[in-house]
Amino acid sequence: MIKPELKDFLQSEETKIIKGNEAAAYAAKSARVQVISAYPITPQTTVVEKLSEFVDGGLMPGTQYIKVESEHSVLASLVGASMAGTRTFTATSGQGLFYMYEMVHWTAGVRLPIIMAIASRGPAPPWNIWADFTDVISCRDTGWMSSFCATHQEIYDEILMSYKVCEDHEVLLPKFVAYGGFILSHTSKPVIIEDQDKVDNFLPPLPDEKGWPHIWIDPERPLMHGNLIMPSGFYSEFRMKIHDALIKSKAKIKAVAKDFEKTFGRSYGNGLIEEYKMADADVAILNYGDLALQMEEAVDQVREEGYKVGMVKLRHFRPFPVEDVIEVAKKVKILGVMDRATAFGSPTGGPISSEVKTALHGIKGTAMILPMMNGLGGREVSLEQQKEQLKILMNIKETGELPEDLLHGTLWHGKLEVN
Amino acid sequence: MASLKKVMEDEIACKEWFLPGNACCTGCGLEIALRWAMKALGPEIAMVTPASCLNVVIGLWPKTAPDFPQFNMAFAAGAAVASGFEAAFKAKAHKFPGKVWDRMTSICFAGDGGTTDIGIQGLSGAAERNSDIIYVCYDNEAYMNTGIQRSSSTPHGAITTTTTFGKDRYKKNLPAIMRAHDIPYVATCSISEPLDIYEKFKKAKSIRGTKYIHILAPCAPGWGFPSEDTIEIARMAVKTGFWILYEIENGVLTLSKKSKSLLDPSKRVPIIEYVATQKRFAGISEKTLIELQEQIDRDWENISKEIFCQEEYSK
Repeated sequence: MIKPELKDFLQSEETKIIKGNEAAAYAAKSARVQVISAYPITPQTTVVEKLSEFVDGGLMPGTQYIKVESEHSVLASLVGASMAGTRTFTATSGQGLFYMYEMVHWTAGVRLPIIMAIASRGPAPPWNIWADFTDVISCRDTGWMSSFCATHQEIYDEILMSYKVCEDHEVLLPKFVAYGGFILSHTSKPVIIEDQDKVDNFLPPLPDEKGWPHIWIDPERPLMHGNLIMPSGFYSEFRMKIHDALIKSKAKIKAVAKDFEKTFGRSYGNGLIEEYKMADADVAILNYGDLALQMEEAVDQVREEGYKVGMVKLRHFRPFPVEDVIEVAKKVKILGVMDRATAFGSPTGGPISSEVKTALHGIKGTAMILPMMNGLGGREVSLEQQKEQLKILMNIKETGELPEDLLHGTLWHGKLEVN
Repeated sequence: MASLKKVMEDEIACKEWFLPGNACCTGCGLEIALRWAMKALGPEIAMVTPASCLNVVIGLWPKTAPDFPQFNMAFAAGAAVASGFEAAFKAKAHKFPGKVWDRMTSICFAGDGGTTDIGIQGLSGAAERNSDIIYVCYDNEAYMNTGIQRSSSTPHGAITTTTTFGKDRYKKNLPAIMRAHDIPYVATCSISEPLDIYEKFKKAKSIRGTKYIHILAPCAPGWGFPSEDTIEIARMAVKTGFWILYEIENGVLTLSKKSKSLLDPSKRVPIIEYVATQKRFAGISEKTLIELQEQIDRDWENISKEIFCQEEYSK
């Protein structure tokens, strides 16, 4: 039986009960992307299926969809299309992203605002197709921006915001919009698909005939790109500019998040991070992706037991919100940094916890950091486990003692017994 | 074949689109291939160049020899980038109708390594989609830009820096592979026949779908011959029948003028005369030489059979 109020909800024109992958496809449609290129990979497949439906069904007039033979060609073709001055989109997962890697660097090198949805999955071997953000995080040093989504709605919203940030002439960088494979990609939730006029007004106009300000294809203004450059040439300076643009994009992300909230009424913290019950928290966990959403519930339940716990949701990995992380680390005594990704051999084993430690280095009055790991390769992380994670931090605060079973200083939570 | 007089009437063909002062070696075969291709194509193009000599000879940043839109690219990415150009031009033609966008030709100009080895997957994909591009392989029969390492396009017996005693395997027949993709146009050219290059590119430009043109472009330092002999070496390759000039339009093979007479085996110059002009074949064994000649004869036999069948069928 469908409740009457839910019935109205289902019938409203702009709200659809869709999978996370479909939300990504709807975002591409709302953004009026002009060229799509894609290659199927689990768990991204329903993105490309939905887009096929849109393009073949005439719902995206003028949009070209290149169904290529590999992920390397996905990004190569989009580099070509974007250089010619079009808005482009693609999606992939795990191994697919690894296969693109050469072109990932190339895209940022040309400063092309290509948006790529990532239904994240664990790297093989052994084969794994479930949520794990090692894929997107492996592209840390490529010059791409990257963000994590916690909800179906956020996938749609974040892709729209990303076009606005990335096409800003002071940014002009590509971006990954990542979400957990299967957990978000294949589950269905209500998603508001915004009115097209409203989206058109929110987004920058599609590139005009001349293309981007820094690269174009035009017989009347013949340009070449990518010549060999000697060490004495501007190579180092081009690299410097990418770093500079990434750091400066933090301000753009914040401004666009504000603008988005004003236009559509949905808020994502300051765009870089979101805080949950941090005002009076003694301990907190910094989390990202869908687990951050469930942790809000865990925080509520642990608070009912009398513990002052909080949560910080990291939205952007690149650019890394150093200033915001310092601020939240000043608010609590102990900050657990939870990773659903690996950075083998790094200071903590987890990419985000290593990053947080770097950001806090030399800053006085910040929390003690406990690097934590959970949910690798899609391993379920239950609400009870998340409550336990918070209580572990409370226990450290109260007893001053670290858990016994740390692996090189990091807590691998929810692991099986290994003989 | 187009006469030089006719070509000279073409204003676009009279202009040099690949400018002098570039960084080509003296006697570079690639330069001739590119210059003549561009005379036929004109400036309303976008060219992608995956890693190859061409990335370097166009000039070190910020110097640029091409007077047309040209984009250097990662090795395996050539055909896919050209497909991306095509898609973008279609999207732009939709948004800005009646402008240059529906006249634009998307071109990939790649070396033999970028085509027959690392780029073959992307090329096969583009051809299977019948992407509206011209894919050009300028074939100098090894990785010349990185220092003369063997590619799958290196001929049997040739010494490279990775085939110390000559290559044991044979040259990969890429035009045949491209033909198997059932694309509308496949052609071979030699830089010794610039008017043939001009004509084939003119034709390719007028055809929709994937066009594949494979140009033999001798490399003086890589093959070991005096730089003033480039054209003569390319001509010899054709005369021996080692490099066969033809075009395949919608599956139908036609021999081009300079190769037509070689259907008669007695008209073919023996391969030893070609081999003797180049240091890369120094010390070639008699066995290898015989194998090379046998390969040529076998290729010609297949072509003869095909042409015989065509003629019989049309009777």
